[in-house]
Amino acid sequence: MVPVEYYVGLSAILFTLGVVGVLTRRNAIIIFMSIELMLNSANLLFVAFARTFEALNGQIFVFFVMTVAAAEVAVGLALIVAVFRSKSSINIDDVNSLRG
Amino acid sequence: MLLSETTNPGGVFSLVPWIVFFPVIGLLINLLFGKRLGEKFIGTVASLASGAAFAVSAALFFALQANHGHPVVVPFLEWIHIGDLAIDWAFRVDTLSVTMMLVVSGIGTLIHIYAAGYMHYDVQYKEDPASYVRFFIYLNLFIAMMMILISGDNYLMLFVGWEGVGLCSFLLIGFWFNRSPDGTPGTGNSYAAKKAFIANRVGDFGFLMAIFTTFWVTHSLQFDEVFHHFEEGLVPEWAIWAIALFMLLGVTGKSAQIPLYVWLPDAMAGPTPVSALIHAATMVTAGVYLITRSAPVFSAIPEVQGVVATIGAVTALFAATIAVGQFDIKKVLAYSTVSQLGFMVAAVGMGAYAAGMFHLVTHAFFKALLFLGSGSVILAVERGHHPIGEDAHGHDHHDDHHGHDDHGHAFDPQDMRNMGGLRHKIPWTFWTYMMGTLALAGIPIWAGFFSKDEILTDALHFSLPIYIILTLAAFLTAFYMGRQVWLVFFGEPRSHGAEAAKESPRAMLIPLVVLAALSVLGGFMNFPTTHQFGHWLEYTLGHFYHATQFNANVALGSTAFALAAIYLSWLVYGQKPRQTVKEADPLEKALPGIFEGMQAKWWLDDIYEEAIIKPYQRLAAFLADVVDWRFWHDWFHERVLRDGFFGLTRFLANPVDLGVIDGIANGLARAAQGSAAALSILQTGFVRNYALWVFVGVVLILGTLIFR
Repeated sequence: MVPVEYYVGLSAILFTLGVVGVLTRRNAIIIFMSIELMLNSANLLFVAFARTFEALNGQIFVFFVMTVAAAEVAVGLALIVAVFRSKSSINIDDVNSLRG
Repeated sequence: MLLSETTNPGGVFSLVPWIVFFPVIGLLINLLFGKRLGEKFIGTVASLASGAAFAVSAALFFALQANHGHPVVVPFLEWIHIGDLAIDWAFRVDTLSVTMMLVVSGIGTLIHIYAAGYMHYDVQYKEDPASYVRFFIYLNLFIAMMMILISGDNYLMLFVGWEGVGLCSFLLIGFWFNRSPDGTPGTGNSYAAKKAFIANRVGDFGFLMAIFTTFWVTHSLQFDEVFHHFEEGLVPEWAIWAIALFMLLGVTGKSAQIPLYVWLPDAMAGPTPVSALIHAATMVTAGVYLITRSAPVFSAIPEVQGVVATIGAVTALFAATIAVGQFDIKKVLAYSTVSQLGFMVAAVGMGAYAAGMFHLVTHAFFKALLFLGSGSVILAVERGHHPIGEDAHGHDHHDDHHGHDDHGHAFDPQDMRNMGGLRHKIPWTFWTYMMGTLALAGIPIWAGFFSKDEILTDALHFSLPIYIILTLAAFLTAFYMGRQVWLVFFGEPRSHGAEAAKESPRAMLIPLVVLAALSVLGGFMNFPTTHQFGHWLEYTLGHFYHATQFNANVALGSTAFALAAIYLSWLVYGQKPRQTVKEADPLEKALPGIFEGMQAKWWLDDIYEEAIIKPYQRLAAFLADVVDWRFWHDWFHERVLRDGFFGLTRFLANPVDLGVIDGIANGLARAAQGSAAALSILQTGFVRNYALWVFVGVVLILGTLIFR
């Protein structure tokens, strides 16, 4: 059985990739994908620890996360479509109307 | 003095407040309706109000007799109640106060009736008929105030009346305030009124100090309680001196004694009924009443009595000498009043309270008579000189020369040099005037003889110098009255006014006749064998009363002096009557320097002018100019207060307000602006920058949580 440390390491790598993606990319779609990456790294940890401790809580929580992620994608994509309609771009740097 | 029963006795005694309120009702009626109703109505209402007060006083007299002279105190109103201190308006009905009530309301009523006739002419001569009602309002007010004075049961209530009559005196002296005493337009009368008020103020200060001291040492102002302290010897000697001397100062003001008498002669500026009522018969005797009322105070130390008696005696002689040198008929009587008040003060000072009060009563009779008579003379001469109204028929000359004879000089109807030979023109006035003169001169069986004689007898027992002074004064009294009668009524008329003099109306003559009868018979109420009046006062005075034994030598002596003085006055003035107005007085040739002094009132008014009034005015000018204007206004107010204030406000406005306060406010604003500008750099508008900061924050928080 694969030790749990590998899962934690993989999850950390995925989360870091997600963070870097969010902070460095300008394309809204890619930022979204990076966020999904962070969510799924967290899901991986849930499942891994659930198996390790033989508790179902973690597994059930993953379903919630997936549900929230699905809802978030729906709202987020709608926002992106709306932004694109007004700006003709999904470059996140162009969305700066609230700048002080 | 025994503590009187203070329970409400009911019956007749409960009527006593009406002695004050009848006159008040009278004055209110005249005040409200007088303008619309005629002179007859006004005079009747005022006389009835005073007459009603007299009726109440008479009822009290009989009730008091039935009560065997026991003093009664009738509580009326609560006035001042502070802690244990209780000063009420209570009426004191005892033989002393009832005597005063009878005099004030009785003579007051007669003078009201007289004034109803007199003022009818006076307002026409002064060309101000609307003032008729004002006169009677003041006169009723005076009666009310005088009643408060004499019926009060404590010193404070007495003081209320004391001030009230002073006010009435002021109002009535200055009744024709826009004229001078000779009738011409000017400020002379208001000046006289002011003088009376100010001189009385000095006296009132003394009386107030006496009241304060009394309260200080006895903790009460109620007569019985105060006198109880004195009789038990609970009052230290210095306090007796202080109270008695301060009270004496008050007496010298109100009763016109040296040194404050100077106001009374000037008070003759008032209409003649006022001179009779206020400045001869009643108000000026308030001081004598005060001393009699305060007998336990003044009798406590013999030396105090000596001071009072000396002041009275010296005043009596001093004023009598001045009376000899006067030409104004009312001025003679005014100085005579001062002199006779001196007799009374001397008497009460000697402890002869009953004699003093007796003289007060008889003097009220004959001096009121003399003043009213002089008013009748003045009016007769004035009506002869300048007929008006119903007199004017057949006299169409002089009409537009009011107050002036054909040469343009002011005609003074009060100047005895303008009179002469009036006994045939105005017989009623003449005969009544003679009764007053004989009473004042002290001829036996006339009232003044008995009262003056009692005083002289007491003086002989008290101190020989005072007896001599008073006898001299009595001699001069007879002399100046003789001089007046020869000048006014005998000889030939010396002016058109005297030539055409007219007898006064009946309203004026009836009071004259009544007063003449009283002047003749008044002495018998204290006939030397019965002492009825004295025993009547004894109920109040207690052991301070002593019956004066009749002394034949004194009586014969004073009668001889009086007759001699009248004979002497006949030699000087009667034998060879004055022929013209301008002629010098015979005494002027006989006693050159002395007569001049008497005529000039011994220059005392001038001395007061130089010694007191001028320095006072200089002091006032100094205070006004240097202290008030230059120090207070220019320096203190302008420099210190105003400039200081400006300086302070400038300091507060510029460095403090603009510098500090605004600096703080602006500094806060600038700091907020600056920090906002610095922080706004963070707001880039790039979500990932914000997310980076969130990330950094999360890392930091987690870091601290993990590595804590």
